[in-house]
Amino acid sequence: MAVPTAARTEDGRGAKPRRRRPPLLLGGLAGLVVAAMALPLVYLVVRSFEGGWEEIAEVVLDGDTLAVLGRSALLAGVVTAASVAISVPLAWLTGRTDLPGRRAWAVLAALPLVIPSYVGGFVLVSVLGPRGMLQGWLEPLGVERLPEIYGFPGAALALTLFSYPYVFLTVRGALRGMDPAMEEAARSLGSGAWAMFARVTLPQLRPGIVAGALLVALYCLSDFGVVSLLQYQSFSNEIYVQYRSAFDRTPAAILALMLVALTIAVLLVEGRTRGRARYHGNAASRPSNTVVLGRWRLPALLFCGGVVLFALVAPVGVLGFWLARGLAEGEPLRPLWNAALSSVYASGLAAAVTALAALPVAILSVRFRGRVSGLVEKATYLGYALPGIVLALSLVFFGANYAPWAYQTLGLLVFAYAIHFLPQAVGTTRSALLQVRPSVEEAARGLGRGPARVAATVTAPLAGSGILAGAALVFLTTMKELPATLLLGPTGFETLATRVWGATSEAFFARAAAPALMLIGISAVPLYLLVIREQAK
Amino acid sequence: MISRGNLVFALALLALLAVAAGCGQPPPEGNNGGGSGQESTSEETTGDETTAQEELKPGEGSLVVYSGRSEELVGPIFEQFEERSGVDVQVRYGETAELAATILEEGENSPADLFFAQDPGALGALDDEGRLTKLPEDVLGRVPAMFKADDGDWVGTSGRARVVTYNTEEIQEDDLPDSIFGFTDPEWEGRIGWAPTNGSFQAFVTALRVIEGEDRAREWLEGVQANDPFVYPDNLSAVEGVASGEVQAALVNHYYLFQVKEEQGQDLPAANYFFEGGDPGALVLAAGAGVLDTADNPEAGEEFLEFALSDEAQQYFADETYEYPLVDGVEVSEELPPLTDIQSPEVDLSNLDDLGGTLELLQETGVL
Repeated sequence: MAVPTAARTEDGRGAKPRRRRPPLLLGGLAGLVVAAMALPLVYLVVRSFEGGWEEIAEVVLDGDTLAVLGRSALLAGVVTAASVAISVPLAWLTGRTDLPGRRAWAVLAALPLVIPSYVGGFVLVSVLGPRGMLQGWLEPLGVERLPEIYGFPGAALALTLFSYPYVFLTVRGALRGMDPAMEEAARSLGSGAWAMFARVTLPQLRPGIVAGALLVALYCLSDFGVVSLLQYQSFSNEIYVQYRSAFDRTPAAILALMLVALTIAVLLVEGRTRGRARYHGNAASRPSNTVVLGRWRLPALLFCGGVVLFALVAPVGVLGFWLARGLAEGEPLRPLWNAALSSVYASGLAAAVTALAALPVAILSVRFRGRVSGLVEKATYLGYALPGIVLALSLVFFGANYAPWAYQTLGLLVFAYAIHFLPQAVGTTRSALLQVRPSVEEAARGLGRGPARVAATVTAPLAGSGILAGAALVFLTTMKELPATLLLGPTGFETLATRVWGATSEAFFARAAAPALMLIGISAVPLYLLVIREQAK
Repeated sequence: MISRGNLVFALALLALLAVAAGCGQPPPEGNNGGGSGQESTSEETTGDETTAQEELKPGEGSLVVYSGRSEELVGPIFEQFEERSGVDVQVRYGETAELAATILEEGENSPADLFFAQDPGALGALDDEGRLTKLPEDVLGRVPAMFKADDGDWVGTSGRARVVTYNTEEIQEDDLPDSIFGFTDPEWEGRIGWAPTNGSFQAFVTALRVIEGEDRAREWLEGVQANDPFVYPDNLSAVEGVASGEVQAALVNHYYLFQVKEEQGQDLPAANYFFEGGDPGALVLAAGAGVLDTADNPEAGEEFLEFALSDEAQQYFADETYEYPLVDGVEVSEELPPLTDIQSPEVDLSNLDDLGGTLELLQETGVL
């Protein structure tokens, strides 16, 4: 099966145009997934129109609302750009150079993803606050007060530190899937190192960068933990304030619909940047040559070390300090095994269900390109940018009133996780499918296998690494999830995330530190396996 | 076709799942730690449970509570009630306002019997929608008029006082102003801290608007803001800031000082200061609860409230959460002045539901 050349095909050129109709089963399954995704939107429309057009106009046309929308877009833009700026060099250094300990660096650089934003934001405030821990250490040097971190700078910093790994992981994937032949050709034609990177490597990384950037941008729109702790008046913050203050669900729903509109705008931008290129390289062909860093070795190490220090070592260290301080004061260490098991169980189910649900959507969008399949794929992103509370309340509404048999069961909770985090699995599965040559599937079809069997026996195994990567991402994102878990879980359902929340809401740092550290530790396992396994290739 | 690496990885994930599943069915029932006391089996958490329980004798059955108060604070109360009464208590913990929104979304199908709220605003909102029922007189009679709804639909269970926590090494009690308005004096520049995102702080600002009027409230906020106060993410960090000398005084709730002492040692150089003469800065707020109109088991809800207002449970609040008991004759910690000595301003707590207006004011003045 090894075909050692990379064929680059533009849509409709070079390859036979594919205008086949997707099989009914595939279309039906993808349709079901989209119908599930539509539930929160239906809820939002119903709630928005309760106050009539007048109230909608009032909320939408309010000058403040538009300013908040702008602030959210700015935050998402800056965090996304910063994440790309950090991740591309990190991925390249750990994937393609002779950086000492690059395997360890790769794992460490991916790990900040497992730190919940509400924990990370909290730690950031206590370390970098005007008179936080850092100021305490600098006090002897005459530093009385650090610059204000509340507002935009702090929110952007925190979101970048804890979400850049989305880009790091997708760029790593793209680097590995690249065929070295093109770079070698560029070199032999006399291209310098930088020119080669800019003109050959970077374009090939673009789909990976864009896929990760999209996850970061949409995550920024939905996040509440960081923006509330760092007091940045973003859209999700505004939505929460509506729920928390006015007890009026109509303005909140209108705001959430505006957020959906912003999501669609982001998706349109992504559609333009993604490009139409497809690279059927062959990941298994041969490894790329290793770049010798030489005198750049020390700066490279400092860069990796700096990122890991701020995004991983600092938060984990502070949590450890709180735990130790609490224990020293006689705070009992309470058992967490049940909460940990619940977390792993629910997140595992969510990962499996989401990965399965992502398959028909990804196959449809890659193998049956067209307007409809494109829309289906985009539709899966709509639930991702919604703040958790909006999604949770929409399912409270449908569950309690139309499916009381499922309400407050683990099943409905897993369903909520799946529609919330589906894009993480769709994105990675899609990238993996893009690297599987359609000719292999066509050969199987030619040998008489039905489309469903081809999907199950040929496509899925070949794209297995992407599917597993998607499941792993969903797993660790679900581990951190809070609003849906609190409102939709079976009554009395406790996870590590709810334990952290229960303690921090009353500000018991020591009691929050133990479940937070355990959450980080458990989530790190699949991520570690993922990175190590990729490295081994 | 499946590569070995993939296979190993998939097996590892599956094994993880199997371990989780194998360790005793879906493990939602956390009986660990301060467990919320759900001894129910997994079958009971499905929809059939309510019909099954209707057949049980009164005084038994189950009580479904939506609690906006955290398990750390009230978990033990539920456990004790469960032991005493034989009622199976199932608690859903969450943010007070989110749980109120949940109950409104659930409509008639709400599984909740009792709503336990951090502040009266959320109870007032549910009451306005007609979602609470009138409580029996023997429950209402236990607490002073200030801490219950005028229509008797909810009742306060414990109180918390707004105070100034100050650093005893940096300043003396005499240095503190007589009124909350004293903090607008420029002499306090850079010396005070607050936590404007905190719910109790916002309830205090709402009270300030009700008592002193919009203009005075705005004047106060702008005056303190001009003194460049330290902004803390929550009350606890504000109290820590006082203890470390970062600020000399902070506007917080009375009990955070005791929590910080518990985690960091009793010899912290910090103490509480209560304003006198009905100053808005000495507002006493209440957490409370109400029984829902859709409750399957309203009797159990009322029985729980009776228990929560018993001397024993009130003593728990005084000793363990350092809150104020609302029932007469319950002893408070030596470090606290008795509730009756606090000269809280005259204000109807049910009127503190205009949080929207408060948030607007906080944003206009640049505090939020």
